[in-house]
Amino acid sequence: MSDINARIDAEVKANDVVLFMKGTPQFPMCGFSGQVVQILNYVGVPYKGVNVLEDQEIREGIKAYSNWPTIPQLYVKGEFVGGCDITREMFQAGELQALFEEKGIAVKQAS
Amino acid sequence: MPTMADRIAGKLTAGLAPEHLQVIDESHQHHGHAGWREGGETHFRVEIVSPAFAGKSRLERHRLVNAALAEELAGRVHALAIVARAPGEG
Repeated sequence: MSDINARIDAEVKANDVVLFMKGTPQFPMCGFSGQVVQILNYVGVPYKGVNVLEDQEIREGIKAYSNWPTIPQLYVKGEFVGGCDITREMFQAGELQALFEEKGIAVKQAS
Repeated sequence: MPTMADRIAGKLTAGLAPEHLQVIDESHQHHGHAGWREGGETHFRVEIVSPAFAGKSRLERHRLVNAALAEELAGRVHALAIVARAPGEG
């Protein structure tokens, strides 16, 4: 495994929920990343945002790691879930919340 | 010269034999944002219904579309919104 692959692997395994995104959860720099931030905030799970704009190596490396060509990318318990469309569809179908609960990650959804 | 939308439609038609396919260039909506370029052709929305998606998860469906468009995604195309359904679904 290359260095960057090992770094990404360690990152997604060290945190239950990791979002590789453009910008930060406080200041998303792209509408697609911003949508996933909004969903995660709404569902109320703790997550780590990794700003790919600050690290060219991660920006390219994450695409190879997941074999997925675009940003954002959401990982839960080390597993790649998908990009913006998949996250949104799962959220709308209630599947995202179910995934978090299934993985033992507490959600505090606005009722 | 064919547009990028035409190229995307051609690749998806050849790769996934869709029953329904719509490729929409949304680049103008992203003017000035990250990834936007002079001349557009950077942001696309694809709505596709194909028998190839039957029994496949969302992730697998998106991977099929991404694979068919690997060249475009590695090049000019910055973002691709995908709605992928099998025939008979919603």
